[in-house]
Amino acid sequence: MFTVIGIMFTGIGIGYLLRRNSLSWIGKVITALIWLLLFLLGIEVGHNEQIIRSLPTLGLEAFLIAIVCVLGSCLAAWALWKHVNRRKEEKA
Amino acid sequence: MKGSLIIVGFFALGVLCGVLNWIPSEWLSGDLSFYALCGLMFSVGLSIGHDPQTVQNFRALNPRLMLLPVGTILGTLSATLLISLVLPHRTIPECMAVGSGFGYYSLSSIFITEYKGAELGTVALLSNIAREILTLLCAPLMVRWFGNLAPISSGGATTMDTTLPIITQTAGQKYVIVSIFHGFVVDFSVPFLVTFFCSI
Repeated sequence: MFTVIGIMFTGIGIGYLLRRNSLSWIGKVITALIWLLLFLLGIEVGHNEQIIRSLPTLGLEAFLIAIVCVLGSCLAAWALWKHVNRRKEEKA
Repeated sequence: MKGSLIIVGFFALGVLCGVLNWIPSEWLSGDLSFYALCGLMFSVGLSIGHDPQTVQNFRALNPRLMLLPVGTILGTLSATLLISLVLPHRTIPECMAVGSGFGYYSLSSIFITEYKGAELGTVALLSNIAREILTLLCAPLMVRWFGNLAPISSGGATTMDTTLPIITQTAGQKYVIVSIFHGFVVDFSVPFLVTFFCSI
């Protein structure tokens, strides 16, 4: 399972060694692979009748998770914002 | 935004091909998606290692604002922990794995599909797309209610690319470096956290 992360670090190392060469094509490769993988995910979903039937429920669930994630992050950001500003006022 | 639409388009096209049985299912039994995922992560690594300049720019940052990615990660994970209590058919780590996408829907859904199957992968895809869209739509309200850092935190892993323009518009130009730093760190945490929550 951690193979994939190991491969990413190999990539970082090789990328660093090649930093003087132009790798402008790498963005296009990333985009193409993302397209391919989401296409494959789509096929797998489409083949699976059970997922297709429960798609509305899955969508609702996904939306619910997204809302609470956004709220949770906003609250954390608000706490840090208060903290940063209080320090500024103390200094002034 | 156009890039996101194309990605969703490929997913939808795949669903259509699957429903209509245009593609033989032998395609799926192979390890094609695993090799493509390895290729993707290698390329992502290459692009990070190739550009040390980005990391050097972060030296100009206010040290206290460096805590923002930590806040985003903790805020998101505690929220998913709570919501998993409301969703009885999902385990706590499953919900946390979906939340650990931080809006990086392509990578997180691919990882979760690989480890937990297409159903949770679909939830991850939709949920993280929704997070990006919510950030784009609600950024002005977030600034008003929760302060200037809120849209950055909400944008998660997308704040160095897709949501950067709306952040500079609503929070202000001076938050560009924080936003890029935040996106970079959260982006980098996605494969680790998703793999972690999928393996417990």
